[in-house]
This record gives sequence, structure tokens and C-alpha cells, in this order.
Amino acid sequence: MFSLFKFKGGIKPPTYKADSVRFPIAAAPVPAQLIVPLHQSIGGQPHPLVQAGDRVRKGQRIGAPDKWISSAVHAPTSGTVIAIEERLAAHPSGLPTLSVVIEADGRDEWIKRQPVDYGRLEPEQVRELLRDAGVVGLGGAVFPSHAKLTAASDVPMEELVINGAECEPFMSCDDLLMRERGEDIVRGIGIFRDLLQPKRVLIGIEDNKPEAIAAMQAAVKAVGENFEVIAVPTLYPAGGAKQLIRVLTGKEIPASKRSPDLGVQCFNVATAYTAWRAIAFGEPVISRIVTLTGNVAQPRNWEVLLGTPLRDLVPLMQPKADTNRYVMGGPMMGFDMPGLDAPIVKATNCIIASSPAIFPPPAPEMPCIRCGACAEACPHELQPLELYWFARAHNFGKTQEYNLFDCIECGCCSYVCPSRIPLVQYFRFAKSEIWAREREKENADAARERFELRNEREEREKAEKAERLAKAAAARVAAPTQQPADTGQPATEQPAFDPDAAKKAAIAAAMERARKQREQVKPKNTDELTVAQRKEIAEIEARRVPLQEPQNASNAEIQRAQREEE
Amino acid sequence: MITAILIMALGAVILGAALGYASVKFKVQGNPLVEKIDAILPQTQCGQCGYPGCKPYAEAIAEGEADINRCPPGGMEGVRKLADLLGREVKPLDAEEKPKQVAIIDEQLCIGCTLCVQACPVDAIVGAAKQMHTVVASLCTGCELCVKPCPVECIHMERIVENIDTWKWKYPVFEIKRVA
Repeated sequence: MFSLFKFKGGIKPPTYKADSVRFPIAAAPVPAQLIVPLHQSIGGQPHPLVQAGDRVRKGQRIGAPDKWISSAVHAPTSGTVIAIEERLAAHPSGLPTLSVVIEADGRDEWIKRQPVDYGRLEPEQVRELLRDAGVVGLGGAVFPSHAKLTAASDVPMEELVINGAECEPFMSCDDLLMRERGEDIVRGIGIFRDLLQPKRVLIGIEDNKPEAIAAMQAAVKAVGENFEVIAVPTLYPAGGAKQLIRVLTGKEIPASKRSPDLGVQCFNVATAYTAWRAIAFGEPVISRIVTLTGNVAQPRNWEVLLGTPLRDLVPLMQPKADTNRYVMGGPMMGFDMPGLDAPIVKATNCIIASSPAIFPPPAPEMPCIRCGACAEACPHELQPLELYWFARAHNFGKTQEYNLFDCIECGCCSYVCPSRIPLVQYFRFAKSEIWAREREKENADAARERFELRNEREEREKAEKAERLAKAAAARVAAPTQQPADTGQPATEQPAFDPDAAKKAAIAAAMERARKQREQVKPKNTDELTVAQRKEIAEIEARRVPLQEPQNASNAEIQRAQREEE
Repeated sequence: MITAILIMALGAVILGAALGYASVKFKVQGNPLVEKIDAILPQTQCGQCGYPGCKPYAEAIAEGEADINRCPPGGMEGVRKLADLLGREVKPLDAEEKPKQVAIIDEQLCIGCTLCVQACPVDAIVGAAKQMHTVVASLCTGCELCVKPCPVECIHMERIVENIDTWKWKYPVFEIKRVA
């Protein structure tokens, strides 16, 4: 029998999963309008491939990946692009993000789907295919999967870990997916296995999902693979990638390394499923399973098109009257949806209708008593109590010394804190402050460099100009000595070459020309004037003379100053 | 006795030579303190401190000529950091603290005079004579030095609003409510 390892800490919150697994996955209806954010994964923001007014078909690419770490975005149904504009994002900030708004035509017409036999393709082509199909980690981190499918060159890939743990309370989307579509998942895992060539494939599922374990075992047998389906003890956050790797392989990934450096890689079951659909059916990622649960009439899993506004899911959920907000993600790591217009995205695994009864408003924070419960619960063996002090005091350097960035924000520390300190909020605050400072520092360094380069350039230009002038001066000194030989005239009679004089002459000539032109154009409306009118004009002219004089004087001064500068 | 003196003298000569060599070989170029101060300053090169750029201000601080509270773009945060570095007292900022800004050229009005291009300390404005100019927003430090030289007043400063990428989690604050 396979022996399992343990990670330190963890908690056992009530799971609330039983209600939502009673019914099979149902397809959510196509909404009238879809809002598809272009930036749905980690990495570069895809650039739009369509314009307002374009007709799109289901599965058509509407956002092209920006660089290698980026993933394509597709139209979830057929219809017309109404706009490409900033729309409310499913993000805790409540800020908008560039989105493609599609009005569905109800026909749900697919593009021409092209199944591929990936066995005949180069690994690089398979990775590109996955990138262009928008396959990203559907466990919630949405990291582009193709970028994880390259084994380290110097370390042999030993284990491929498939994450079906689903440790967050309320969530059951992966559970249902494993029960109903196990064979597709197993075939998707096959793609990952072929690309990474690991020695073993381990599928980890928490032991509170016996049906899923049985279904996956049957699926592995049916497909004829040798993957091991392993029940792991139910302990939050066993579904964290590093935790699951630890439990299944005993390997602990240090902060400075990535899992391939230790010969292990981890994918979510839903990611494997979408990879198989993309390769074998030519269907890009345009929908996902979402658990709609919480304070609702009947919790259930739905297959929802990406870009469906939350508003269109409310009728499916039938929330009870006291529902006050909707949480995206689980109760441990999720956040409040900023509004009903925010769409479902690739990261949305669960929507919980919340009421004060389910999630009571947070109790006021009390002083830290340094009991150490948080340090015992931390699955990353950090010291949340120390991190808390430093984050609270804005001492961000110290938080980094205590490995703030190893924190996965799982919320175990906040959960166990007897003083109800929202520790994770402090850590998120500290992290984003540090990121902001790093950005500022980078900008300042770039500005300094540009400033120095500019100063250098100016000095060089000044030096070059001085050199030119010196050369010209030298030429002037040399000129009179040469000319006598040419003309045979005595040098003393030759007037010294004076650029100023030439310029002055040119200006004088130009002024003379302008004066003559003015004289030629005689005003025609002054020929037949009465005596009174002439008198009036003379008076006006007389008044203007003293006004013009000082101006002329100042103009002359400016000209003189300019000449001196030259 | 003589041997002892000789040994000591020899030691002194050798150590002296080593120290002399080290002082030439490992001589520190410039004032290292200036670099440290310069690293804290925000590099807007705006001259609001009265010095022509961040480096000259850093030099003046290092010399003890200038106070540490004269950099408005650095804000109180910058004053605090400088105070920390130099072991000086934290002082309130000598000017108003402003939010981060970026210069925007109204391209309809721009006449292409290049005055703002010349004024920009970080070469963040592109354009040529009689051609429209524009600000490269990502390089703009918000120093406002381009605003005054513009003869047609087509440059204005705009506050940088946070977007989804620059958004920050807020410091946790709790409302204290009266229990009914």
C-alpha cells in the first residue's frame, strides 16, 4: 500500500458539500449578453482580435495571447460583438477591465472544430495548441498550463500530481466533474503525461469524496492507464499544490524553487479535462463547472459559459430573501463579487450566496495575545503572528525576512485566531504594498538612468558644438592668409569675414523687401473719406505712436540679446 | 632588545605598506552616502527641492547643506526613510504632498515647438519641430517641468488612477458600530 506523508498545520472546517452533489451537472442557459474579460489568466493581457460589430461564432478566438506566459480567450457562444470596453471585473478591487461584450444570437453556432491526434505532433506544437485553446489552471490560480508542461532539463520528471482534492468548503465542481467525466480527465492526464514523461502519475482526491475516487479508479481502468488514484486525508488546505505534492510525494518545494526543479508537477483535474476537450475535440475553454451554493433553494453544479454575468445566474440559484452578497471562490480564500454585472471567468469555481446567518460579519479585531495558534495552523510553517506585527507596523522589509511571499493566503491563521484578527488581510495588504514599492523603485531607477543619459548627451552635444565653433574660428583665422595668393590683392585691404555683418545685411534686405511690399498694397477703402473721418484716423494714429515705440524698443533689446548669445 | 625593536619596526613597515596599498587599490569613488540618499529619492528630477535634479539634492543632503524634507514627490514616506538613513529627526514635509500625476499633451493644440521636449528631464516626450508631440506615459515622472514652457498651454497634469494591475489591498479597518 502507498504510504502518505503529512504537511504541518491545516484545519478542518465544516465542508457543506453534501447539498450540491445530489444532482448532476446541468448546463446553464446562454445569457442574452456575455462579458468576456480579455485578461483571465496570469501573465500578459491578450489583445483583442475582433472589433465592435463583428460576428463571432462559438469557440472563435477573440483574444490572442500576448507572450509565452499568456493564454487565448474565445467567444463562448455565437453572436455579435457589441463593444470592447472596460467592464466590471470579477476581482476584489471592483475596478473595470478590458472586456469583449457579445450579444448572443441564440443559435450557438460552433466554429469548425478540428480534433488533433497529438501523438503525431511535436511537444512544442501541443503546448502552442493548448495556449491557443486557452487552457489554464482551473483550480483557481489560472496559470497558463502550457507553460508548466516543460520538464526541467537537468532533473528527471518523477511524479505528475493531479489535484482532485478540492479542499475548500462548499465547493464540489471538481467532485462532480470526476464523477461524470472521469474518462475525459484521465485522457487529458495522458496528454500531460506524454509531454512531461514522469515515472508515476498520482491522482490525489480527499477521502470525503468516495464516489469521485471510485469513478476515477473506474475511469483509469477503462482507459487502460496505470495512474494511481489515492485518497488523501481531508484536511484544509490539502488541495494547495505544495501541500498535495507534500502529501503524495513527501517532497517539500522550497520558496526559491519551482516544482519541476524537484521533478514533480501538479495540475487540477478540470485543467486535464479542458486539455483533452481542446486536443481531441477542438473545443477551446469557453465554459466551466461552477458550484452555485450557499443561501440558495437548491445548491447545484452548473456548466456555465465564461462571461455569463452573475445576474443571469441568480435565477438558477434562487437565493433566499436574506442573501446580502455573493462570494466568488470558497469561504476561506474567496472574495465578494463587486456586483451582479461581474462575469464568470476561468477562475470562478464557486459562487456562494451569502447571508449574515452563513457568514456573520467579522467580529471586531482584538489584540494579539501571542498564543501561537496561527503558527500551529499554518501549512507553510510560517509565523503569522510575527508577520502580523510587522505588516501592522508597515515594516515590510521585516515581513519579507519572515517569508511573507511564501504565504498562500489560505486563511487557516485567521480561522483559528482567538482574537479574530483578519491576518490574511494584513498579509495581502503587505504584499500589495511591497509590489507597489517595487514598481516605484523600478520606475525611479529607469528615470534615473534616462536622466543621466540625457545629461551625458547634452554635455556631449555642448562639447561638439564648442569644437565646431573652434574649428570655424580657426578657419576664419586661416582664410585671410590664403586668399591673397588667389586674388593677388594685398591682405590688409581684404575686409575680415564677419558672419554677423552678413546676417545683419540679410535682415536689412529682408526688411526692405517687406516695406516695399507693404507700400505696393495700398488700402483701397481710404480713398474717398470725408474730412471728419480723416481727422479721426489721424487722431488714432497719433495715439498709437507712443504705444508702439516702447514695443519697438523692447524688440530691439531682444534682438540684441539674441545676437550676443550667438 | 634590538631584535624586539626590529621585529616591531618590520611589522610596522609591512602593515603600513599593506594599508597604503589598500587605500590606493580599494579607494571608494565618490561619496557612498550620496548614492544611498539618491536611491531613496523618487528620481522625478523635478527641481522642487531647489536643486537641479535628485542627485544634486542628494549631494546637498550628504554635505549637510539641505534639509531632508524638501522633496514633495517623495512625500512623508521619503522623509521618514531619509531620517532613518541619516539618523536625523523626522520633519514635516516642506510642501504639499501631491498624488502621482502624469503629463498629458492636448495633441489638437500642440504646435510642435519642442520646448517641452527640451524641458523633460527624462526624455519622456517625443516629437520634432512642427510635428505633434506626445508624452510616453509610462516614462513620465510627473515633474510638471514641461507645463510652464508650453507657449499654447496644451499640457496639463492628470492624476494617475489605479487600475486592476496597480490596485492595492487596503489596510484592514473595522467600523465600530453601536449595538442596538
